[in-house]
Amino acid sequence: MDWSKNLIEEYELNSGIDIANETRKVSYTVAVREALDYALAEDESIFVMGQGVDDPSGMFGITLDLDKKYGSHRVFDTPLSENALTGIAIGASLTGMRPVYMHNRPDFLLMAMDQIVNHASKWSYMFGGHISVPIVIHATVGRGWGGAAQHTQTLQGLFMHVPGLHLVMPSTPFDAKGLILSAIADNNPTIIIEHRWLYRQSGHVPEGPYAIPFGRGVVRRIGKDVTIVAISYMVVEAMQAAEELSAEGINVEIIDPRTLKPLDEEIILQSVQKTGRLIIADTGWKTGGVGAEIAAMVAEKGFEYLKAPVKRVASLDIPTPACYVLEDRFYAGKANIVSCCKEILSVNTY
Amino acid sequence: MTDSVEFESSMMSVPDKTLLGLYWTMLRIRKVQLKIAEHYHEDEMHTPVHLCIGQEAIAAGVCANLRTEDYVFSNHRGHGHYLAKGGDLNALIAELHNKEKGCSRGRGGSMHLIDTSVGLLGSSSIVGGGVPIATGAALGAVLRKSDQVSVAFLGDAATEEGIVFESISFAVLKQLPVIFVCENNFYAVYTPLNKRQSHDDIYRHFEGLSIPCFRVDGNNVLETYSIAQEAIERARSGDGPSFLECRTYRMTDHHGGESGVEVGYRTQAEVDHWSAKCPVECYERFLIEKRVLSFEDVKVVGDQIDSEIESAFEYARSSPLPDGDGVLRYVMAE
Repeated sequence: MDWSKNLIEEYELNSGIDIANETRKVSYTVAVREALDYALAEDESIFVMGQGVDDPSGMFGITLDLDKKYGSHRVFDTPLSENALTGIAIGASLTGMRPVYMHNRPDFLLMAMDQIVNHASKWSYMFGGHISVPIVIHATVGRGWGGAAQHTQTLQGLFMHVPGLHLVMPSTPFDAKGLILSAIADNNPTIIIEHRWLYRQSGHVPEGPYAIPFGRGVVRRIGKDVTIVAISYMVVEAMQAAEELSAEGINVEIIDPRTLKPLDEEIILQSVQKTGRLIIADTGWKTGGVGAEIAAMVAEKGFEYLKAPVKRVASLDIPTPACYVLEDRFYAGKANIVSCCKEILSVNTY
Repeated sequence: MTDSVEFESSMMSVPDKTLLGLYWTMLRIRKVQLKIAEHYHEDEMHTPVHLCIGQEAIAAGVCANLRTEDYVFSNHRGHGHYLAKGGDLNALIAELHNKEKGCSRGRGGSMHLIDTSVGLLGSSSIVGGGVPIATGAALGAVLRKSDQVSVAFLGDAATEEGIVFESISFAVLKQLPVIFVCENNFYAVYTPLNKRQSHDDIYRHFEGLSIPCFRVDGNNVLETYSIAQEAIERARSGDGPSFLECRTYRMTDHHGGESGVEVGYRTQAEVDHWSAKCPVECYERFLIEKRVLSFEDVKVVGDQIDSEIESAFEYARSSPLPDGDGVLRYVMAE
């Protein structure tokens, strides 16, 4: 896809891009919608499907009125049949189309694991690279208001385990727009997991199109004492924790990998080399999760940099409770990150 | 069920060239299967082969109505679909031998056949898994305003998977140009249909979705050909999907070249009953009777196919295995 290649090359040229100088500020949802809008306008092979993409709420606003602009053949509602519809997106992609399949919640992707894991992720390899599956699967994580166990799951750990998938978790409006455009242009199946609470954020977003390359993390805050690798919404919590810690003279460095697959290992290792201490803050469960994978990667490739054992900030290993008293305990956030930083700084065994 | 196959009523208006083409396709599939079975015990083909001996008429009858650019999606028992759609024989046999020149470069094996040059865009060995993908290819054709059609080959057990119902329901909703071809061979591995479903009229399962559904004698290549022809024409002209239940029988075991009788899940009498309805032999006799084919032709065609298969095996045996260092290639597309 030439348009995207051009976008990525342009981005590379401007990789010192200082987004803070961008004066235009929009919400996360507007940024996502802009990406879809641009893609639909640019390339006839792109279509957007999913339950409710053409309803009056426009899926939190991210698909609002795109059906009116591009027609109901290119932006269409679907039956719930998540597994079949994923296969249908795969099939369309094999014939030259580029489907974007949107879900209100990642929980529903569990219905489609057969098509995602058994089919989409393997079709290129299984057939010796003769064909590929350029599909985007987009899902929004819910949280709060008693959403409970089946409407709030953060399943990135499951998807990170599977070869053959890209896994993208943008935390800012700028990244959301650029990474969605990259995902649509990529020739591989890509899972994008966004967090509903990020939809409240606004940020600097250029009006025009740009594409952010996969596998390129960013330093959200420069520091010297502790490295925090923060995923998705945990970037927000980590930034707040960093403010609080700086008042106590603790300077944390925050790394946002932006894509978990491919993972920018280099940016994490460089930071750990500087700070000697690593905390991974993820929105998902702790056991077998993203934090475990990143910790293992650093243990394998940067053990000599570590001055203290790696720590993980994650949700409790239980289903999400509905009641807010219990929910408060379930989710990790700023306070956990702050105490984790203090704990890790109290250790100096290496 | 009768013990013979009745071709006469479906023969009308089928030109001799097509009659012979169907024979050639079936015979070639049969002979390739027999050759694989003959050599399988030598352990040079490290892949679970699911032979389609006895089911050749379905692949041949359906695919004879397709254009090269039409799509086909196959399953674990896919050699016949691959050959009937025009897949390259050398690449098939090389794939069974795990070779780099195999159709899937040795990464797929017998259950994952592809030949994009003839519209076979892949085969899934997850039962029912290829059905939505075939449906999606039909959606792709519609969105691109092309008149291509898509065929999903599935087995009887696939109709026990929810995804097949989901796919057919969507295909009807959008009136997609897809033909669901169910090869009912009455077995899922060793489990007979009557232990899995409440009745054996599989085509009736989907009638409530308002899709035209047909029961077809899947051992009768002419009946399969003519019913598939109508279904494909309907799909191509925008009149939506069809479902064909083609009744047939797997003459060899679930995989490998044995009959399965020795395992004890089916009887010799049952196998004999279906042997009498052999799609290739019955059709050959019919063509000879009708003087479309002579004994001489049978020998000439057979010899040609034999020598083609012989050279495919030579090609496969003499071609290189994949380089181990290439193990990471093709996980992600460029």
